[in-house]
Amino acid sequence: MMSIDEFARGLRARTLSAREITDQCLRRIRDEDSRLNAFILVMADSARQQADQADREIAAGQDRGPLHGVPISIKDLFDIAGTATTAASRVREGHVATSDAPLITQLRQAGAVIVGKTNLHEFAFGTTNEDSAFGPARHPLDPTRSPGGSSGGSAVSLSAGMALATVGTDTGGSIRIPAAICGTVGLKPTSGELPTEGVVPLSKTLDHAGPLTNSVTDAWHMLHALRGRPSPRPLAAAPLNGQRFAVPRRYFCDLLDDEVRGSFEGALDRLRAGGATIGEVDIPTADYIATIYVHLVFGDAAPYHAEALETMPDRYTPAVRMRLEMARYILAEDYVRALEGRAVLCREVDRALSGYDALALPTVPIPAPPIGAASVQVGASSEPVRTVMLRLTQLFNITGHPAISLPCGTTRAGFPIGLQLVGTRMQTDALLHVARSVEDGLR
Amino acid sequence: MTIDAWLKAAIEDAERRGLPLLKPMLEGLAQSTRMLRGADFAHAAEATAVPKPARPK
Repeated sequence: MMSIDEFARGLRARTLSAREITDQCLRRIRDEDSRLNAFILVMADSARQQADQADREIAAGQDRGPLHGVPISIKDLFDIAGTATTAASRVREGHVATSDAPLITQLRQAGAVIVGKTNLHEFAFGTTNEDSAFGPARHPLDPTRSPGGSSGGSAVSLSAGMALATVGTDTGGSIRIPAAICGTVGLKPTSGELPTEGVVPLSKTLDHAGPLTNSVTDAWHMLHALRGRPSPRPLAAAPLNGQRFAVPRRYFCDLLDDEVRGSFEGALDRLRAGGATIGEVDIPTADYIATIYVHLVFGDAAPYHAEALETMPDRYTPAVRMRLEMARYILAEDYVRALEGRAVLCREVDRALSGYDALALPTVPIPAPPIGAASVQVGASSEPVRTVMLRLTQLFNITGHPAISLPCGTTRAGFPIGLQLVGTRMQTDALLHVARSVEDGLR
Repeated sequence: MTIDAWLKAAIEDAERRGLPLLKPMLEGLAQSTRMLRGADFAHAAEATAVPKPARPK
């Protein structure tokens, strides 16, 4: 799949055009999307117009930067003026956005070409993309498998060549999980680093916006475009020699599919072979991550959905409706307790990172699960799919540390496996430098 | 409010609203809340020593 860097070089060398690559993406959508269901809205006409404009601007010497002319897709949680923001729900029927979300404005100013709005787990409240008013998104390698979620349509659009990059959201892992499951890079920046105005919320405490891309360098370009500032310098690949990674073994490596474990340990061996140091750390309060997460996300989601649950409950997909109904029973005293736990976890992750360049752990404990599976066998135990998918990612939504998933291998059947790296808060750029080194070291 | 009292009230409310399927989910949430209430977050951070990096392998 073409990277943003490859596209940018070709565009400026006149060996390709924005219109040509946009048309290529639109043909992939036409040919594959009835099978994969990645898109809720395809914006072919406007995409071609934007691509033609990008070509004219480049020819006139008006270069907007690395994203100029790049076809991208957008998770259908972001307002794009004149289109519906469905959140993959019939609850939002009739909605039309009157203005672009600020992140969409940044992408337009960077010259990106928006090919369409992607499918997701309804209201971002799930990890499999199977509960959607538009039907499930499907894994490009096997349409009976989930692509992960909630940004499943985004990951599929990228992995299947329907876009060169995409923007999603991540409340408990919803960028990183589908990135790992579909074999792409997925970045959750530091909490608050990118604005979430104009984005349908799930949890104001835990929501993040961020890119999924075909490479770490592409994630760098997307992050800087989304910030509204061009990349200050190229993303250089520092050697692995001398870099220090910490693995939180307890809890995070306790419940892993055998092939995920093998791929993760193999990745660590390759990092060591490159001269990196691998240490071990502990997150003492890790056992409370899931309960802290549940109380925060339920407490935050309940007010937003209260009116719709009273006036139009049947418009939700049944599974999402029931979890939102449950969310309304969270007591304020328990929400506050969860915030106290959050503060403890923040300090523990800060301490775990002390003396290290990043934490390293698997992104998702299992490879792509079957669509519709309620549980999955992980070693000797049967685990609920929804909660096991979140197990390794949700901590960093709670604490706000930047986290990125990048491919580190595949199962014997060819399903991708992801490695997650976590950096210091407010140092997302530094994390991307480390991730670039790891990406090179894993090749 | 004790968790037992909360659970009883929540189940009664869910049944009154015609949502009996919520009962097992609320029971699961009650288990989670019991765990949350059992945590001693006030002392958790102080009990954590900064781990020393393991020797390079």
